[in-house]
Amino acid sequence: MELIGYTNNAAELDATFAALADPTRRAILARLARGEASVMELAEPFDMSQPAISKHLKVLERAGLISRGSEAQRRPRRLEARPLAEATEWLEQYREFWEASFGRLDSLLSELKKTGVKSAEQGAARKIARPRKRTPQPGIGKDSGKSGHAGHAGFRRRKK
Amino acid sequence: MKNFGKLEITTPSGREIAFTRVFDAPRQLVFDAWTKPELLKRWLYGPNGWSLAICEIDMRVGGRYRYVWHHTNGTEMGMGGVYKEVVPPERIVNTQLFDQDWTGSEAVGTLVLTEKNGKTTSVNTVLYPSKQARDGALRTPMAEGMEMGYMRMDEMFASLPQGSE
Repeated sequence: MELIGYTNNAAELDATFAALADPTRRAILARLARGEASVMELAEPFDMSQPAISKHLKVLERAGLISRGSEAQRRPRRLEARPLAEATEWLEQYREFWEASFGRLDSLLSELKKTGVKSAEQGAARKIARPRKRTPQPGIGKDSGKSGHAGHAGFRRRKK
Repeated sequence: MKNFGKLEITTPSGREIAFTRVFDAPRQLVFDAWTKPELLKRWLYGPNGWSLAICEIDMRVGGRYRYVWHHTNGTEMGMGGVYKEVVPPERIVNTQLFDQDWTGSEAVGTLVLTEKNGKTTSVNTVLYPSKQARDGALRTPMAEGMEMGYMRMDEMFASLPQGSE
């Protein structure tokens, strides 16, 4: 089980999410995902002045989400995928946990609609009653890993 | 079995993350599934390999709960907290603290269930404490005076390349 070092990149994630919290900046990123573009090209689809766009670009740049090309005149901006990927990965852990769980809840609810809550509870109790090899002890996992942000971060699957 | 709803992850404010999902069942059933240990053990355990081994619930204001998950590889995760509000079958507010949480500060979870035409919308929101929010992963720049609406990250990410080193 691979665990994520959350504390290392918390500040980075902050900057990423802060930069993403604006629709214009998200649109700029979506545009850059299709290929690099100059400030002028980026300003075009928006009803905004170039200085206003430049301000947004600065925020994105500070967050490391974009970088400038070296081409002297045009200075095209391009997308930097890494911080975005990290933010996505962070959210992905939540998504994995809840999608897997809610998928099972769908099945359970459909069973409950047919059989009622009582019998489902009893059925579960029968299943659980089978002895497990391990005796769970609360707190035993305290030092077992660095993961565990309040969001099931530790539930990550192994990387494929 | 058809998945009725699509999971929606949003950030209603700089300190919150919310999980919204519609279920094809009346609210009381969804509430039972969220609050009865024997039912929770059947679904609240994320990816395959995990199980919700311990699920203790004392569902009244001031009562405690504790969940411990086990993975087949021996990993264990635990969390727990105290109920702040209990309004069956529509609303539960509790504190949430993971055993492995490095910040040592609690988040607050709010579950809100609403029913319409026999279908139930479940909104599960986690509010991070302000201090942790400052250091935490979902901080947003309220100070910059930005309008922070619902952010559908997944939609946006879908259009972006998945970078990897």
